[in-house]
Amino acid sequence: MAKRIEAENVTAYYGGFKAIENISLTVEPKTVTALIGPSGCGKSTFLRSINRMHEVLPGARVEGSLTIDDQDIYQRDVDVTAVRRMIGMVFQRPNPFPTMSIFDNVVAGLRLNGVRKKSILEEAAERALRSANLWDEVKDRLGKPGAGLSGGQQQRLCIARTIAVEPQVVLMDEPCSALDPISTLAIEDLMFQLKDKFTIIIVTHNMQQAARVSDRTAFFSIEKTGDPGRLIEYDNTQKIFSNPSVKKTEDYITGRFG
Amino acid sequence: MSATVTTHRQQPPAQPVTLRAKRLPRYVPPALALAAVVVAAAIVYGAGIGGPVLVVVVGALLYLGGLFAAANAVEGRRSARDRTWSALIHSAFVLAVLPLASVVWTLLSKGAERLDGNFFLTSMNNIGARDPEGGAYHAIVGTLQQVGIATLITVPLGILCAIYVVEYGRGKFAFAIRFFVDVMTGIPSIVAGLFVLAFWVLIVSPVFNDGRPGFSGFAAALALSVLMLPTVVRSTEEMLRLVPAPLREGAYALGVPKWKTILRVVLPTALPGIVTGVMLAIARAAGETAPVLLVAGGGAAINFNPFENNQSSLALFVYQQAGDASRYAPARAWTAALTLVALVLILTIAAKLLARRNRLGR
Repeated sequence: MAKRIEAENVTAYYGGFKAIENISLTVEPKTVTALIGPSGCGKSTFLRSINRMHEVLPGARVEGSLTIDDQDIYQRDVDVTAVRRMIGMVFQRPNPFPTMSIFDNVVAGLRLNGVRKKSILEEAAERALRSANLWDEVKDRLGKPGAGLSGGQQQRLCIARTIAVEPQVVLMDEPCSALDPISTLAIEDLMFQLKDKFTIIIVTHNMQQAARVSDRTAFFSIEKTGDPGRLIEYDNTQKIFSNPSVKKTEDYITGRFG
Repeated sequence: MSATVTTHRQQPPAQPVTLRAKRLPRYVPPALALAAVVVAAAIVYGAGIGGPVLVVVVGALLYLGGLFAAANAVEGRRSARDRTWSALIHSAFVLAVLPLASVVWTLLSKGAERLDGNFFLTSMNNIGARDPEGGAYHAIVGTLQQVGIATLITVPLGILCAIYVVEYGRGKFAFAIRFFVDVMTGIPSIVAGLFVLAFWVLIVSPVFNDGRPGFSGFAAALALSVLMLPTVVRSTEEMLRLVPAPLREGAYALGVPKWKTILRVVLPTALPGIVTGVMLAIARAAGETAPVLLVAGGGAAINFNPFENNQSSLALFVYQQAGDASRYAPARAWTAALTLVALVLILTIAAKLLARRNRLGR
């Protein structure tokens, strides 16, 4: 079900600007991998290149190879929408669709991909909302607008929306940075549960969060502004936070840099 | 430069001892206003230089001066400026609303005379200069058909054009489209009418009409759509640009194709604004006289077929009746003008309600 992701020499550009260079790493299925590093080091760029969201921006492109269970997603004949259905994404700020109700938001991915049958949609919505720990809070107001929920609920709604299409991998781009500690805790708990079914990659600026939720941690950094981001160290989270092998990682984690 | 900054840091502004300040008593501004009007009336009528309008103008100026002086004396300079500016802004608002209120009042008072069933159920066919009857049925039919057809042509075309420019257009072609849409905004309606006259009525319509050029309501609709198109494109474009990028990305990340994202996420989000733009365009088109006169020709009889023979429209009816020698014509013109305004108002309200129903209730 969950898939292994292998990145090999991934380099991404914004027009003429090289944002990341030669990133190579392997993410095992059913694990949580945290991407950490200072602002502008290319964590989000790398994350977005995993489900081909990077190229949505004008002038952006990716080189190198990214394989999901031995399928290179950057081959010419790959269907981008199929890749994105397989690899879901949760964004930094909750972005529920403002014209849709809570129910419509959760099943948006299914409905917009052609699922019409009401019983299937209802079942999928309940399953996704339960997985996102939101069911009890919204079950009585599924017809109300998604934008009327609190920030933390909206983010869990977006997670529910993402897992409703049953992806294999869930990418999270700083999913808790706009949330209070209690909502953050709810989403971290959720990640533990989701790990049973999905491969999760999360970008975070919060080192405690990375240490709490992830099995493996990748540390990205840049030499100076304008340089491309590089992967400095990638190891078990415990190793990274207790005994990193690179000095730069240690400096960043202990707060002496970045 | 740096020296002032340093002194600033060294000497913070003196902290006020108390947070309370003297305020003008509540009754002062209205009392001042009353006094200003009385003084103004005394000056104007005493000197015999004008009527009530001048009294209001002089009174307003006196009030502004008096308010500033009083507030300056009691509350200080900052507060005096604040009061004077808010009074100025309120006067500007009244000044802006006055013409509108005047138009509505004039239409209602003068249009009421012929506001009867006969007006809405008969045309001007066989109505002579001495007949007090006659109505705008044919003109209402013409306006509804012409504006309706023009809207049917313009809305899909305009929205698709805006979607291309915002979502797909890159480089010179999209730039050229935006530029020419801007240019089209400035086309005078008579030029749009001439274009359709030269192109449709004189060249194309003979093909369907045994070789004879023919006026038609459809030709008028074409001219109106030329006028509506830039308004629809520009307003839709602005509304689409206002839809936040994260919404699009959210849909893409679910594996939704781009066209479906635009259709099901972007357009519904922008819908209320798009409807407003379309209604502005419709209101403009409904009020156009020249193109209808040029390519539909007007006419006194009811013509339900927009593709053949002359048609009138409300705006054209107003123009013709206002210039008519019959003593009964001006009343018809006023009522037709009232009908036109009411029609546009009803359409606008209906469209807004429809657009709101699509959004979810809070």
